[in-house]
Amino acid sequence: MSARVLVGVKRVIDYAVKIRVKPDNTGVVTDGVKHSMNPFCEIAVEEAVKLKEKKLIKEVVAVSCGPQQAQETIRTALAMGADRGIHVEVSGKDYDNLGPLQVSKILAALAKKEETSLIILGKQAIDDDCNQTGQMTAALLDWPQGTFASEVVLEGDKVKVIREIDGGLETVRLKMPAVITADLRLNTPRYATLPNIMKAKKKKIDVVKPGELGVDLTSHLEVLRVDEPPQRQAGMKVETVEELISRLKEAGRM
Amino acid sequence: MFCVNLGKRGIERREVEGGKNQHRFNAYLSVKKFAQERIAPLVSKMDENSAMDEAVIKDLFDQGLMGIEIDPQYGGTGASFFSSILVIEELAKVDPSVAVLCDIQNTLINTLFVKLGTEAQKECYLPRLSTEMVGSFCLSEAESGSDAFSLKTRAEKHKDYYIINGSKMWISNAEYAGVFLVMANVDPSAGYRGITCFIVDRDTEGLHIGRKENKLGLRASSTCPLNFDNVKVPESNILGKAGQGYKYAIGMLNEGRIGIAAQMVGLAQGCFDQTIPYVQQRVQFGKRIFDFQGMQHQISHVATQLEAARLLTYNAARLKEAGKPFIKEACMAKYFAAEVATLTTSKCIEWMGGVGFTKDYPIEKFYRDCKIGTIYEGTTNIQLTTISKFIDQEYNG
Repeated sequence: MSARVLVGVKRVIDYAVKIRVKPDNTGVVTDGVKHSMNPFCEIAVEEAVKLKEKKLIKEVVAVSCGPQQAQETIRTALAMGADRGIHVEVSGKDYDNLGPLQVSKILAALAKKEETSLIILGKQAIDDDCNQTGQMTAALLDWPQGTFASEVVLEGDKVKVIREIDGGLETVRLKMPAVITADLRLNTPRYATLPNIMKAKKKKIDVVKPGELGVDLTSHLEVLRVDEPPQRQAGMKVETVEELISRLKEAGRM
Repeated sequence: MFCVNLGKRGIERREVEGGKNQHRFNAYLSVKKFAQERIAPLVSKMDENSAMDEAVIKDLFDQGLMGIEIDPQYGGTGASFFSSILVIEELAKVDPSVAVLCDIQNTLINTLFVKLGTEAQKECYLPRLSTEMVGSFCLSEAESGSDAFSLKTRAEKHKDYYIINGSKMWISNAEYAGVFLVMANVDPSAGYRGITCFIVDRDTEGLHIGRKENKLGLRASSTCPLNFDNVKVPESNILGKAGQGYKYAIGMLNEGRIGIAAQMVGLAQGCFDQTIPYVQQRVQFGKRIFDFQGMQHQISHVATQLEAARLLTYNAARLKEAGKPFIKEACMAKYFAAEVATLTTSKCIEWMGGVGFTKDYPIEKFYRDCKIGTIYEGTTNIQLTTISKFIDQEYNG
């Protein structure tokens, strides 16, 4: 099977970092702050590498859109087992305005260029929580999509995806090429072992510009303001159910 | 030179000298994550039971951390000495016992095999040392610690084999080691020039591993006495040349002490990292205890000493990698880092107050763990004497 899988990996602020809003409320502080691969992207990479280890697909290509530092994220994917990387260079204002629509246009262009059978993405990024890129990419390519995947099974030229939905689990069968987005329980990503990190040094990362792919990065969204969530107010203790009801009524909650 | 500091708040500060260091930085982040997720949850239990969890040892192998400098042709990771140093420092932030296991394997055992092994010996041992087998280095005895070369373990030559009799003490990793590098004297009349390094497999008849010591710190690292009762070892098991063991021991320990320095730096940093957040949130007299000038000055002093210890360690590692003389610097690094670890952990307990004194918090363990730093792989007094010898030479016209 000459299947090639494209995996999107996004560089985000590390999940353990305490986020601080910039004093001018235009965004969050990113300078000097620890970044890592979006956890759902890690799961996506793991799934792709697993498919390759089972010899169901031939090549895993890791893609990231962003400035020079995006290459670190691609290196991590390579250390996890991806074969090569593509760094789509986006920086400055373009990077500030980069959102799901722009990324999905880029991924769609790359998928066509690289003769891809499967695109696996994280379901959402932990910085914007958009949960849109996978869906938009599928729409732009007119490919079927299996989002919130908790299990992926390749069946010849089709892929069975078990999706986590509100009511439980939904099973869909998609004809490839298709787009899958990874949810939390799809797998447990492996650690990049030291030998694999050493090997990843030798793997190739190609750099392309969005213009070369014919993609227009203009954003139709404008961020007006970013604020911290409101401070949590102290609660109060009540002695009896009656008191609870009267307090709730007082607060206009009942 | 580059400097990396990932404090608890995720603030990173580094000057990158280019691609080479970027990749080291990534490697070290991966080890950090692994240590936090796989080792940290087990630390307290391992300390209490005085036993290393076997899953941790297996994980270290699986992550390629036990054969860092071994060539990939033997199943190793093929990275540099400096990588070993970074890994040891990173592991020590979480558990110095795990760090010392990794340190001894990489800087003592593997290095001896790589530098001195015949091709046959390398093919026999390096693949296993990379993937599944722990090694132990046996030099010290009950009557010979700092005075290492007065060791009494004897190896008598017969035809094409030797019979080893004697005992060793304070042998780290002994509980799970599959191979022992034993320093024994083949010719006591030649004094230290008879000391020879023998490869002894664990299951060799006559080798008895004694009960592990009940230690103050580094408890998860097994430290056992060994007994050699007419242990028969073929001549082909001599590592390097007969009578040269003393040279090999000195050589390896010079490098090993950079590893110990890294362990002490990591220990101090790990302790510090867990203390500062507490100091920031503890409020007394209406303000954070961090905001009292007395505290700020103490904290800054300790942080500075820590940074200095780290730079001494990295510098010694860089000199060694560059093939330049490094022994004086290695001694300075080990001596200073051990002192800094003692200072840091002691102060951290004070800053934490009452809770620092309880086992519910990880600080007291670091305090107990640090003490061995001034003792093993060359006591502080030995380091200072060695440094002075170099100074004497340097100023000798």
